[in-house]
Amino acid sequence: MALDTAWVTAWINRSTEVISENRVALITLDRDIGDGDHGENMDRGFQAVSTKLDTLSPDATPGDALKLVATTLISTVGGAAGPLYGTAYLKAAAAVGSAPELDGAAIVALLTAARDGIVLRGKAESGDKTMVDAWTPAVEAAEIAQQAGSSEVEILAAAADAAEAGAVATEPLVARKGRASYLGERAIGHRDPGAQSSALLLRAAADTAAGE
Amino acid sequence: MASERGRVGLVFVSHSTKIAEGLVDLARQMAPSVALVAAGGTDDGGIGTSFEKVSEGIVLAGSGSGVVVLCDLGSAILTADTALDFLDDVLRDRVEVVDAPLVEGGVAAAVAAETGGDLGAVVAAAHSAGPGHPSAGEAAVVDAAVVEPVAGTFSRTVTLVNKDGLHARPAAEFVKLASTFDARVSVNGKDAKSLLGIMSLGLSKGKSAELVSTDPAGERAVNALADLIETGFGEA
Repeated sequence: MALDTAWVTAWINRSTEVISENRVALITLDRDIGDGDHGENMDRGFQAVSTKLDTLSPDATPGDALKLVATTLISTVGGAAGPLYGTAYLKAAAAVGSAPELDGAAIVALLTAARDGIVLRGKAESGDKTMVDAWTPAVEAAEIAQQAGSSEVEILAAAADAAEAGAVATEPLVARKGRASYLGERAIGHRDPGAQSSALLLRAAADTAAGE
Repeated sequence: MASERGRVGLVFVSHSTKIAEGLVDLARQMAPSVALVAAGGTDDGGIGTSFEKVSEGIVLAGSGSGVVVLCDLGSAILTADTALDFLDDVLRDRVEVVDAPLVEGGVAAAVAAETGGDLGAVVAAAHSAGPGHPSAGEAAVVDAAVVEPVAGTFSRTVTLVNKDGLHARPAAEFVKLASTFDARVSVNGKDAKSLLGIMSLGLSKGKSAELVSTDPAGERAVNALADLIETGFGEA
């Protein structure tokens, strides 16, 4: 489908479904190395976002929709994911401006700005066992795909694949940020829940763009 | 020091409603005139942090010359930082989010605000709580130390007479009085204007406090502070 406001809305609604389906899985990952509330918080946040999307004006741009997601997540998530994802969607909204439809370059700009927002807010670096470990490979894969002349759908699929691989790659890491950093080597062998939810959100973006 | 715009306000951000509210109660004892706002828990009172509570708290505490926001664990700091991004520029320039121990830093910041400290002074007081707690060993060593008088030094040694010595409320009263003087005074080696420094001395009933000032104008300050200790802070 064209990457317009209808796509952003479809992406967000798919995100809400996928987060809801994975609520218990995310809680379990977070209980292993954090405080166990990531699935609960994300589910509450996206349910609120889906409700709010109904109030979006008919002439809203993709940027307007992303901004609505940002402010709703910041107000409703209640854990670190609220400010982190909220800042990500807010920076993504700023990056796409008032464009009515997003091309490959705009998608790369959206993903890059989202990743930069998470880094700005959480001050985590690659390898700290955080959501950055899903986002940075996703941004790099999207850039490579875009430079190779891939379609928007292919760019998003490349980003989603890289984010999933990045989430898996957090398993052997020791956490240097967040609640898991208190655990030291005991965090080894557990996947970071934030990296996992990031991969889910990017897969939802790719799937809805592909019309799946 | 004292600002024309009124005292610096404080916002306590905690994952727990009870911790934030309890800290307001605790700090209120020593800082009755400071705007102290609790921003604990999620919107429905659960464990977590609320963007709305923090944003509203900053506005509520923001009628004075500035606001210092103290936070507990990770997401509290992220939520506070995000709330700053959404403030109008005029208010944001007067707000500081401080990474300091919530309880110790919060109480020290409240006392600094009560004594009319500006934004920088209140932030410094919060940071004086440092990364950990003053150790009992350190207090004992300082207690036994004898400060050799040097030329131009004014000193006076007094004995603590009230039952609980320089515990929180008397210590705050002491620091407030010390802050009204420009002269630097030390108590058994600690700065008389530092609440946490004074409390770390562990000065209980019967112990002696040596008040020293090397400041030419320090005599009046030393005498006033020594007199306060000798009155027993109005306690038995």
